[in-house]
Amino acid sequence: MAVIEAEGLVKTYRSRSGPVRALDGVDLEVQEGTVLGLLGPNGAGKTTTVRILATLLRPNAGHARISGLDVVRDAQAVRRLIGLSGQYAAVDENLTGRENLWMFGRLYQLGKAEASRRAVELLDDFALDQAADRVAKTYSGGMRRRLDLASALIGRPRLLFLDEPTTGLDPRSRLAMWEVIRRQVDAGVTVLLTTQYLEEADALANQIAVVDAGRIIARGTADELKQQVGGERIEIVIHPGSDLDAAAGLLAADGSATVDRHTRRITAPAQGGAQELVDVVRRLGERQIEIDDISLRRPTLDDVFLMLTGHGAEAPEADDEDGPGAT
Amino acid sequence: MNGLALRAAFHDGAIVAWRNLKRIPRIPELAVFAILQSIMFVLLFAFVFGGAIPLPGGGSYREYLMPGIFAQTLGFASITTAIGIADDMTKGLIDRFRSLPMARSAVLSGRTLSDVIYNTGILAVLMISGLAVGWRVHRGVGDFVLAVALLLFFTFAMAWIGVLVGLMVPSVEVAQQLGFLVIFPLTFLSNAFVPTQTLPGFLQPVAEWNPFSALVSATRGLFGNPNPFVAGSFPGSHPVALSLLWTLALLAVFGPLAVARYRAIDR
Repeated sequence: MAVIEAEGLVKTYRSRSGPVRALDGVDLEVQEGTVLGLLGPNGAGKTTTVRILATLLRPNAGHARISGLDVVRDAQAVRRLIGLSGQYAAVDENLTGRENLWMFGRLYQLGKAEASRRAVELLDDFALDQAADRVAKTYSGGMRRRLDLASALIGRPRLLFLDEPTTGLDPRSRLAMWEVIRRQVDAGVTVLLTTQYLEEADALANQIAVVDAGRIIARGTADELKQQVGGERIEIVIHPGSDLDAAAGLLAADGSATVDRHTRRITAPAQGGAQELVDVVRRLGERQIEIDDISLRRPTLDDVFLMLTGHGAEAPEADDEDGPGAT
Repeated sequence: MNGLALRAAFHDGAIVAWRNLKRIPRIPELAVFAILQSIMFVLLFAFVFGGAIPLPGGGSYREYLMPGIFAQTLGFASITTAIGIADDMTKGLIDRFRSLPMARSAVLSGRTLSDVIYNTGILAVLMISGLAVGWRVHRGVGDFVLAVALLLFFTFAMAWIGVLVGLMVPSVEVAQQLGFLVIFPLTFLSNAFVPTQTLPGFLQPVAEWNPFSALVSATRGLFGNPNPFVAGSFPGSHPVALSLLWTLALLAVFGPLAVARYRAIDR
């Protein structure tokens, strides 16, 4: 059964330079118990989509239903079914972890005893029991995210929205967060997750929808998307002083190679596998182009993005994440 | 709204208010600066400017001053509220509240309720400071209670203005600056610190009809403090009624505007 059904979602914002179409006809369907990853760069429309589905924003056109309930007309009923964990940890930094959870539980209309019990349970589950009675502003970035996710789970929602759950986290906290998310999925919770980390969508999502400029430009499983890109990739780092463009032309005469001038890295499809690697090395040697590194690798979702949009997935802006007090 | 929804509104409003009050001792600098700023005004006017301000009809300037200080400080309640709302907006807390199956009114009603309670505490501290510099209450308990009620009702109305401002500004800093830009001139263009008779002619009607003046006149009368007024003018003769009307009018205008603005967040 489809937990999320969205058709033709359009959202326009007013801005100084005229209206901006943040969403330009988004269709989605998410089956119960599955994880959909919305993958795209900053400003692609991922957050806007989540905000509409989570009843925070009205679409200008199109409609969306959560378990058959309309997100605009039946907003209050939808709110009983969902949990939302945002990109910016929306917990009260001047309340303790326990107080935050208790408050959100009470506002979720749990009874006093139930709210307290649920708070203790979640603090244990998310390894926050030691910090339960400290104010949240003393928490590390990872702890805040976990508290934020715990807050989203206070009412045992069947559908969880996670808007960039690991943006700005260090690798260890990110892995811990993935574990926490996987546990929810194992418990049967349906998840819609946005991310600009391609590996994150790969690691967590059953289905991936690639979003760019307010539209969904591709969808499928991670493997299906990788197959679209074709076979393996050859990657070379050219030594400073050697001709980057000549090397790129050598690698792929049809111009399908991508060149990163900053890191002097060239990536191109490698149809011939290991034999092509040998050929490339020989041809570069004939032209006296020096290389620092060469490798053959399987396609990543980065390649998918590059192929679909003509531009890479933007590097996440890590510096706007960790607020004061985050460690 | 049926009975159940009304109960939910009270319940959720009370929880939001609880949360706001819980924060106050954890950010003590907010309350401390609010009080220090008012005490600085008391000291400046009581000891520096006060000697140069003769009251028509005589009386103690310090007794005259304190109701003005009360009104000014409570006027700043709107800034406290605006900062609180702007902070919750930018930090994403309002989004969290809006994603919960709670009464939609609770975020605003809880905020204004807690700000009235908070300002009751500030008022108590100011009254004690006033007693220390020579302010006295000369009328009965009934008048005193009525004066405090007028002050807090006014605070409630100011808090709703603060809600509207807090929802419209892009950041906490703008809320703060905007508040000061509006509240300071408004209180100085009133009878809070100087008798309106001393103002230039064209400003006198403005100062007399200023909602702050009405509140200050009303409470001066009820506390039995010196209350010079222009004989025969409506604001001078009916300060309590005028203050009530002003407060009701502010609530009637800014309450619905704030609610409408809150409802429009999802657009």
